[in-house]
Amino acid sequence: MSDKQHDNAAAVFGDLKNRGIIRDGMSVMVGGFGLCGIPEQLIIALRDTGVKGLTCISNNAGVDDWGLGLLLQTRQIAKMVSSYVGENDTFEKQFLSGELEVEFNPQGTLAERIRAGGAGIPAFYTATGYGTIVADGKDTRAFYRPSEDTTLFNREGDRDDPPSKRPYVLETGLYADLALVKAHKADPFGNLVYRKTARNFSPMMATAATTVFAEVEEVVGLGEIDPDQVHTPGNYVDRFVQTVSEKRIEQRTIRQAV
Amino acid sequence: MPLSRDQIARRAAAELEDGFVVNLGIGMPTLVANYIPDGMDVWLQSENGLLGIGPFPTDDAVDADLINAGKQTVTARQGASYFSSSDSFAMIRGGHIDMCILGAMQISQEGDIANWMIPGKMVKGMGGAMDLVAGVKKVVVAMEHNSRKGDAKLVPECTLPLTGKQCIDMVITDLCVLVMDEGAQRFRLTELAPGVTIEEVREKTTAEILVDEKAVSTVEV
Repeated sequence: MSDKQHDNAAAVFGDLKNRGIIRDGMSVMVGGFGLCGIPEQLIIALRDTGVKGLTCISNNAGVDDWGLGLLLQTRQIAKMVSSYVGENDTFEKQFLSGELEVEFNPQGTLAERIRAGGAGIPAFYTATGYGTIVADGKDTRAFYRPSEDTTLFNREGDRDDPPSKRPYVLETGLYADLALVKAHKADPFGNLVYRKTARNFSPMMATAATTVFAEVEEVVGLGEIDPDQVHTPGNYVDRFVQTVSEKRIEQRTIRQAV
Repeated sequence: MPLSRDQIARRAAAELEDGFVVNLGIGMPTLVANYIPDGMDVWLQSENGLLGIGPFPTDDAVDADLINAGKQTVTARQGASYFSSSDSFAMIRGGHIDMCILGAMQISQEGDIANWMIPGKMVKGMGGAMDLVAGVKKVVVAMEHNSRKGDAKLVPECTLPLTGKQCIDMVITDLCVLVMDEGAQRFRLTELAPGVTIEEVREKTTAEILVDEKAVSTVEV
């Protein structure tokens, strides 16, 4: 077993807590869209450390009794950075009572903030949210649309028939103390392969945290993942654990077999 | 007769073109998938990382790792691709999606849209709506012409918090079809539901709209 692979998430999280890596008030990115592709067992392990005052960066907040909903029930989350939190009554209660702070980000802005943070980009301009409350208090600046400026690329200079500029909003990159991601497959180096739409936010989150912990369904030998098929190169991943996922489904929609 | 939800969806589907990449919002816009004309190749994008949504799975083919943006289990059609959320929104924000169809609570006469929050009510978040209206080439709204209380939804200025400014190209309601005239920055009435009059549309609309009586046709149902 490689030194990145661990048998027991709870034991590793306990060790990380003893070493101050998992601590009160830390920021944690958590992969997943709805309940699809959430690191379900790592969320439970984080809950069981008892750390509090967490800032969680995650597209959604789970449901009442699963995913990040578990950490809401135990009041371990102080702030959520999310794009949509529809399916959770615990969330609603704590939000309305003022216990829980929420920062809503447009989903693409959230994804790009994480991608940027992981790529060492502290801020970037986006058209999303201009003229809405999302842009309140943020710098805005007019640029040519990249697709309409294929000669000077928003640098000064004479353009033939210049298009009109468009306003953009300055958004900052996100980088967290810890990222919890879910992958389908890992090798001993920590190369990860995701599966179908369970990929969602995990690839960016795996690049944007001091400590990256992956939960995987299958572990294969070094060299058994075709390098062309690696989604997250192994250097991003600090630790991983193999689990049997429950993979709960929020809306089971089916058609009749013919 | 005002159009039914399915008739609105069918009219919206008439905007599709062969080879289009399209994102459908949750609710009535999702119904558009049922009216893609036969023989037309349309690629449905789901912002959680799928291009090429297929039909719902049969019971034995349900896969928890394969859902749409409404968190429903789906399938992937032949030629589909999976990608991360940042790749998905690069596709949306970079102008690589031909059309999106979404619902709305209010549309202003200049083409602003409000569809994500009502002050004083529980806010669930904007999800991908702000990215879609800012980045997709053609933004179509499919909605009821008036609120359940009977209030106008096509208004001079949105009173609800905006999702995006001056971004709506077309509005399809149970009463009519309106197309943004970019020069005038006003919607132009182009089609009426069968039996609906221009007067009725005016009565139920507080936004200033452009009407050329001779150029208004009837929605094919």
